[in-house]
Amino acid sequence: MGAYILKRLISAVPVLLGITIIVFLIMAMIPGDPATAILGSYATPENVEKLNRDLGLDQPLINRYFIWLGNMLTGDFGRSYSLNRPVLDEILDRFNATLILAGVSFVMCSVLGILAGVVSATRQYGFADKAITFIVLIGISVPSFFLGMMMILLFAVNLRLLPVSGMYAIYGGGDLPDLARHLIMPATALAVVATGVIARLSRSAMLEVLRQDYIRTARAKGVDERRVIMGHALRAAMVSIIPVLGIQAGFVLSGSVYIEIVFQWPGVGRMLVDAILKRDIILVQGGVVFVAGAYVFFNIVVDVAQSLLDPRIKT
Amino acid sequence: MKPFEWTRRSLFAAVAGVALAAGLGAPALAQTPPGVLVVGQIAEPKSLDPAAVTAVNDFRILVNLYEGLLRYQPGTLEVGPGLAESWDVSEDGTVYTFHLRDGVMFHDGTPFNAEAVKFNFDRMLNEDHPYHNTGPFPLAFYFSSIASTEVVDDLTVQITLNAPYAPFLSNLAYPTGLMVSPSAVMEHGADFGRNPAGTGPFKFAEWRSNEAVVIEKNPDYWGDPAGTDAVVFRPITDANTRVAEMLAGGIDLMVEVPPTALSEFQGESFSVVEQAGPHLWFLILNAKEGPFADKLVRQAANYAINKDAIVNDVLEGTAEVAAGPTPPAFTWAYDESLAPYPYDPDKARELIAEAGAEGAELTFYVTEGGSGMLDPIPMGTAIQADLNAVGFDVKIETYEWNTFLGEVNPGLEGKADMAEMAWMTNDPDTLPFLALRTAAWPDQGGFNSGYYSNPEVDALLEAAQTATDLDERAALYKEMQQIVHDDAPWVFVANWKQNAVTSDKVENLTLEPSFLLYLEDVVKN
Repeated sequence: MGAYILKRLISAVPVLLGITIIVFLIMAMIPGDPATAILGSYATPENVEKLNRDLGLDQPLINRYFIWLGNMLTGDFGRSYSLNRPVLDEILDRFNATLILAGVSFVMCSVLGILAGVVSATRQYGFADKAITFIVLIGISVPSFFLGMMMILLFAVNLRLLPVSGMYAIYGGGDLPDLARHLIMPATALAVVATGVIARLSRSAMLEVLRQDYIRTARAKGVDERRVIMGHALRAAMVSIIPVLGIQAGFVLSGSVYIEIVFQWPGVGRMLVDAILKRDIILVQGGVVFVAGAYVFFNIVVDVAQSLLDPRIKT
Repeated sequence: MKPFEWTRRSLFAAVAGVALAAGLGAPALAQTPPGVLVVGQIAEPKSLDPAAVTAVNDFRILVNLYEGLLRYQPGTLEVGPGLAESWDVSEDGTVYTFHLRDGVMFHDGTPFNAEAVKFNFDRMLNEDHPYHNTGPFPLAFYFSSIASTEVVDDLTVQITLNAPYAPFLSNLAYPTGLMVSPSAVMEHGADFGRNPAGTGPFKFAEWRSNEAVVIEKNPDYWGDPAGTDAVVFRPITDANTRVAEMLAGGIDLMVEVPPTALSEFQGESFSVVEQAGPHLWFLILNAKEGPFADKLVRQAANYAINKDAIVNDVLEGTAEVAAGPTPPAFTWAYDESLAPYPYDPDKARELIAEAGAEGAELTFYVTEGGSGMLDPIPMGTAIQADLNAVGFDVKIETYEWNTFLGEVNPGLEGKADMAEMAWMTNDPDTLPFLALRTAAWPDQGGFNSGYYSNPEVDALLEAAQTATDLDERAALYKEMQQIVHDDAPWVFVANWKQNAVTSDKVENLTLEPSFLLYLEDVVKN
């Protein structure tokens, strides 16, 4: 197992290196440069040239790439133009917020999704199955930013039950209940689509397993039905559910971009959007590399988890 | 009976959900505390170092923390005393002597004096200055006319310009000229922008990244103390969310209310304030080639576009119809006799026929949004419809803001016949000087992207920039406006009125034509 993990980690290196090249080239190619974005209406060629020089953007592309890569290996992600602070400080602050949101959302969608799938599968074509299928269909179909806005309108503006946006109250906040109040709406809005997807796949995975001979055998032996479902069937179904969870984890992480904007969650997705609009090249590059690294890492975790559950996958 | 059963069940679930949410939510929704004003901003500030920032959004915080030598007089764009109580200008208009206010302290406890003034300008302008590396200072060119800054005595400072430059005083009142504490810059270096110290009625308290910037009443302020104990600036980038926060009571004051949301705030519990500012939204017409090379066709475009409809229907009354190149907010320099081109499609058709430009195909650059651009896509399509109605064939090309600037600023030649543009300036000199002179064509580093050229206008603008007498300058600008109005190098569309909404707990908020948000007199109950 140790060797397997090591192999996976080594294979991640070229992936990350490729990501640095791609994000660097994209940022170099998109029209508009940071100096123009900063100067706005006053972007005379003269002012732009001076500012680019001050920002160190007058060097050849290849030099800039290796300087950036070299600095990053020593832990120096550079300094953001638009926020005037070290890129890594900003990313770590923001990533923390994104992890809280995406993490809670991921737990919500996994638990609810699998539960709904199991219930659906065990009562195939029954009322519960139909109701769940119907709700899941709606969940998958409603865009989450729209759902988010509607939730704000109902729960925050009209009923005044929950805060509209942000992560903590400006005054007297900062504790766990405060965080929870701010999390309810964005985490739910973010979880809805993933819950639907997981529920559908869990249902079909369970249905397939429930048709297997050993389930019939277990039932024939008189094993308690709950144990049959949870112990025998779900455990076997998890092998095909876990990869879906991995994909949904990525989805929740990337889907948080627009949820973060709607709810003004101070996460990394909102940071990247702002940075792109402001042509804050160094922040975009650092942010993308960091998020991509996290994504690669989660994928490795999922693969390892899967190989633990299903020994056939190993090597 | 199944459906009925299901409805009841869902109703129960909904009630349970709401009850749960209520249990969690109820204690949190105390209103913002008295004495604390929470302001909904449009973005996180870049820095709180006035020399390093360019955005109005950041200026809104800065003008409450810092003061400049001069300051715009309330309700006008004319300069008056700030940290300088008085000033003298030499005969030839190149030497300015400022007499500083006595007994003013920076928030870090160091005194404000002539040395501090010299430090501020040298840091920005002198590349050899030990703290020049705390930049970059993108708007330093506002003061590029300064040749040297000399300390005469503790409270007298003399600034020498390399040539007479009339807008100098109004540039001093601009946020780029706000005075920072030299000792704080020395202490924090490049991090000064997150540890600011000025002389203003509020001092910096806390910056929680992406959540809030908090400033507190400065107990040692030399003038009248601020009306609130603290002001919290919250960055809320999404306009819909900002509106929702305002409606829900999470913020007390909201700036830049989207026109379509204004109707939400009609009730008793809110008040809307408006103020026209030095802003102009216009269309650059390519006067070098194509149909707009003919003055008649340019005038026809001005007649063909229904500016009232744009201002009232698209912008919901958040702007006024523009008459010429100078916004009326510059009261002293604005020519009152100028009337906007009336909406007259028949007259437009006549002029087009006279010029032989019927059915001309026009390429029109439109942006998705950008600083001061208001609602550029709906405005662009309304303009397209008006121009098509008088016989043009207008093709829109839409670009994201940075890309748009990259296309428009180098000039429209060979690419487009017209482009949207907007400017906000602090002096009537800036826009025409940078965008209407022959010497401001893009190949010479200016913003005259439509290649307008009129030697008379050039001469008037050169003369106005070196005249030190305000009346003389005003007369020159007025003459320039008449000529430019007639030559129609642009379609003059709108002057934006900035707006803000406050809750009924906020008193004494006034907006300034400078678009700066002074909060020292505001009271929050």
